[in-house]
Amino acid sequence: MLSLLGLLVVVAGFALRLNPLLTVVLAAFASGLGGGQGPVQILSEFGRAFRDGRTVSVIWVVLPVIGLLEGHGLRLRAQDLISRLRRASAGRLLLAYLALRQVTAALGLTALGGHAAMVRPLIAPMAEAAAADAGPVEIPPALREEVRAHAAAADNVGAFFGEDVFVAFGSVLLIQATLRGLGVRVDSLALSLFALPSALLAFAVHGGRLLRLDRRWRAAAGETAAS
Amino acid sequence: MISPEFVYALMGVLLVGAAVTALRRAEDPDRRLKGLFWGAFGLSFVFGSELPDWANGAVVVLLAAIAASGRLRRSSATASARAPDRPRAATPSAARLFAPALAIPLLTFALTLTLPRIATPAGPLVEASRAAPICLGLAVLGALALALALLRPAPGEALERSGDLLDAVSWTAALPQSLAALGAVFAVSGVGDQVGRLLGGVIPPGQVFMAICAYTGGMALLTVLMGNAFAAFPVMASALGVPLLVRRLGADPAVVGSIGMLSGFCGTLLTPMAANFNLVPSALLELRDRYGVIRAQAPTAVVLFVGNTLLLYFLAFRPHG
Repeated sequence: MLSLLGLLVVVAGFALRLNPLLTVVLAAFASGLGGGQGPVQILSEFGRAFRDGRTVSVIWVVLPVIGLLEGHGLRLRAQDLISRLRRASAGRLLLAYLALRQVTAALGLTALGGHAAMVRPLIAPMAEAAAADAGPVEIPPALREEVRAHAAAADNVGAFFGEDVFVAFGSVLLIQATLRGLGVRVDSLALSLFALPSALLAFAVHGGRLLRLDRRWRAAAGETAAS
Repeated sequence: MISPEFVYALMGVLLVGAAVTALRRAEDPDRRLKGLFWGAFGLSFVFGSELPDWANGAVVVLLAAIAASGRLRRSSATASARAPDRPRAATPSAARLFAPALAIPLLTFALTLTLPRIATPAGPLVEASRAAPICLGLAVLGALALALALLRPAPGEALERSGDLLDAVSWTAALPQSLAALGAVFAVSGVGDQVGRLLGGVIPPGQVFMAICAYTGGMALLTVLMGNAFAAFPVMASALGVPLLVRRLGADPAVVGSIGMLSGFCGTLLTPMAANFNLVPSALLELRDRYGVIRAQAPTAVVLFVGNTLLLYFLAFRPHG
């Protein structure tokens, strides 16, 4: 029971807006101390888990390429591309990206996308440019922030609600293995089929929000022009 | 046999490069602290497998202490902050810039499909379960070679630029790995099981809808707390999904499995614990609000949670074999 102390520290840490890295370390120690472990033992266990988790940080390995391309004008070219599409607006662009991400994830191509590799260098600048193009003057920074946040959101929603449809993906295999361990057999095809209604619902809900946001963004950009 | 140590070595180079770039920013008063941060993080990649466990733990504590000092703020002395916009005429064509960018995911996918199938005397060239990070590393090297050929940048520019990008994201770079480690520590101390048992005790017998809500709600809640639906699923499946929904109430296990996991993903959209999906992007996109991505996702997450609960209710109890 006392090991739930770690969970409490996590919640409190985030609620109090402590530095998240600090919160994590404090929570690890709280959890261990609550479970009756000594500090050196906690340090070792945490250290081993950190070492085993190195794979998670590998996403950063794309940064030299992205940095180089950005330094040579990638964002400018991405914005140029958007300016040439006459019907492009931020919301509709993100809707298209949501669809692309969801469909490619459902086909197993989860590598085609991602925050460091696609949202930052390409999707976010394109969406910002589309929002800015809606009016002749600079859009307010709050609008810029919101559009960028939604670029990341579209990537997440698309990936999460597309990948469970892919039969050979980790998600489906994990569910199958877990249930098998509990004595229940499920067919992986059935698992992926039952992910479809949720996938369609996700596209409808988030897509609908993007279209509504689009109208608000275009109006906000137009207002800035009029004021 | 290509091992993940190859990719960890790349990470080491990247991070030590960032440390050097940080130390070289003469105008930055925090440069030594930043150099220490990136240097320690980088060495933990290269030597992590050789260091004793407590040493790896000490590295995380050091990183957290430096982060908590608040001195890792983005420097105004980074190249991207200083450089004026290149005139359009001097900017390389879209093709030269997009090609290396798109090469990363395409090469990763191609390599993930082919490398595990190549047999060597010691086994497959790349083990299928370790394929993703290794193939990403190789794809990045390929894309980098392409970018170097197409753009002919100054030597060291790629490492300097990535150093600047890391300066912008600062300590969030270490957050996903630290949270994954915390999740493992929680799992060992049985935190998830306890939460699962607590939830299991709250349901009056025979109440189907309440049982479903406890299951989907539990998945979402546990995912919010642990930051990872894959970690929450085994707990909820063994606490509620299988014993109550499948065995006692006769629900279709495929529905329980699939929609249960998806309810967990609704939680992932809401929690700062899922750092690589929610906090890393807000750092990468330089948002002023750390929780901006979560805010953007929250309405979708809530509606989809309700939707998934209803879908489970209506789909799980159809007549099935």
